[in-house]
Amino acid sequence: MSDEPLVLGIETSCDETGVGIVRGHTLLADAVASSVEEHARFGGVVPEVASRAHLEAMVPTIERACETAGVSLRDIDAIAVTSGPGLAGALLVGVASAKALSIGLGKPLYGVNHLAAHVAVDQLEHGPLPEPCLAMLVSGGHSSLLKVEDVTVGVDPLGSTIDDAAGEAFDKVARLLGLPFPGGPHIDRAAASGNSVAIDFPRGLTARKDLERHRFDFSFSGLKTAVARWVEAQQRDGITIDVADVAASFQEAVCDVLTRKALDAAQFHGIEDILIGGGVAANSRLRAMATERAEARGIRVRVPRPGLCTDNGAMVAALGAELVKRGRAPSALDLPADSSQPITTVVA
Amino acid sequence: MLLSFDTATSLVTAALHDGQDVVDERLSERPMKHGEHLAPLIEALLTDNGLVRQDLTAIAVGVGPGPFTGLRVGLVTARTLAHVLEIPVYGVCTLDVVAIEAIDTGAVTGDFLVATDARRKEVYLAAYDDRGRRTDGPVVARPADLASDLPVAGEGALLYPEHFPRGVAPTRPSAGWLARVVAEERAELLDPEPLYLRRPDAVVSGPRKPVLPPA
Ligand SMILES: [Zn+2]
Repeated sequence: MSDEPLVLGIETSCDETGVGIVRGHTLLADAVASSVEEHARFGGVVPEVASRAHLEAMVPTIERACETAGVSLRDIDAIAVTSGPGLAGALLVGVASAKALSIGLGKPLYGVNHLAAHVAVDQLEHGPLPEPCLAMLVSGGHSSLLKVEDVTVGVDPLGSTIDDAAGEAFDKVARLLGLPFPGGPHIDRAAASGNSVAIDFPRGLTARKDLERHRFDFSFSGLKTAVARWVEAQQRDGITIDVADVAASFQEAVCDVLTRKALDAAQFHGIEDILIGGGVAANSRLRAMATERAEARGIRVRVPRPGLCTDNGAMVAALGAELVKRGRAPSALDLPADSSQPITTVVA
Repeated sequence: MLLSFDTATSLVTAALHDGQDVVDERLSERPMKHGEHLAPLIEALLTDNGLVRQDLTAIAVGVGPGPFTGLRVGLVTARTLAHVLEIPVYGVCTLDVVAIEAIDTGAVTGDFLVATDARRKEVYLAAYDDRGRRTDGPVVARPADLASDLPVAGEGALLYPEHFPRGVAPTRPSAGWLARVVAEERAELLDPEPLYLRRPDAVVSGPRKPVLPPA
């Protein structure tokens, strides 16, 4: 028997109902119920649909996680839950359920930051986090560069997107190309057989004049518009669009900017370890490009396996376990769900 | 010990019932803070009455209709707590709870209505007979379309006196009465499923729209 804390984590910030169970750095269960199919016909996540699905999935997903982990709820040492940022109504379902678990089990409750959880999850795969490390979180909801000294205490935002999130750009371009929602995996697949230098799409905020004010920020809305213009121009001229080439060239532009800025930030701050998380971190080109370019500069890159990159309960449990181990104070029962919880607040 | 709560209106109400009668009842102070107030109210009810969580034997929860966000806080709390404590959970239509209180306190004697605030200038409404049995509803609609001279319990009469001129008490559901309704099986006991009555606001996306700004 281990004396590492057994922590259950709940994540409901968007359309996935995630319940994870970890013992210290060991992943025991990662149950996820997704309502993504219900959103597909709307072309994006509908908050009310997501919230309804969370209510229905909550208890069954908790049960499934316990079964997979082979533990009884009574054995749980602490409950962690995403308290923000995210969709307000969706967050609230998870937070209320976590409070009920806390009351019903008589165990402490930790309301944690979703972004910090994306960072902490890598411990389940690659062990303790290097301190400091530079985290790049890229998903449909966020695109941020963060300096992480101690993930249980605070996270320093270095830069973020000034318009669309990286994942959002994938979704919008997929829609343009007639690929299904969510766009990330479909673009990745289509790009595999395409030519990534076929079309020279713009790299946002990389011009010299942008680097003064937005050195570590991202912008993807210009890229999205450029793809749209290109597609419409081809259609106007009656040329069949080579979806694979467009997907590959678009993906190359996104990954190029992300990787360049992450490496620049790491070098600027003298950090030797980069950690990539969030749904877009599942992108095969991003993983390959970041690893290759970092190696050339003597910087190490850690990316959790794709299943741990997307939103899940395990990442929340992983951060919870670290909070317990480091003796951080738990949250109060009047913990609010905060849709815009700042990244500097790790525990609310 | 039966724990009851309802989050289908702007406030949270929570109570304990020992099988004989209500032993304690609480009401949250600020509106639209269901997520923040429910758990502390439950904890306070237990602590202040010298109880531990293992003393709870059943949960009663109002299943609405009511504004969705708050409603879900009550339902997910009831379901999770019942699951972890391995005790039964009973749902009751929130309007039925208001109706039984109106009957038992003598506020109404014949047929009457219960109407609560559904926001967006609409009400949730159901009709009851002189014994508090629901005869119609619940529905969600504009007050003008449901206007009635019958006595009306619930906040609906306070908000729309022009359509419901005969407002009577109570104006909001009480968890104490919810507990009595369940303990004495005075209304239909339901699964803890929300009575939304409205579909989610969402538009099915049509064929791809050009993302280009007009030239
Ligand atoms: Zn995320």
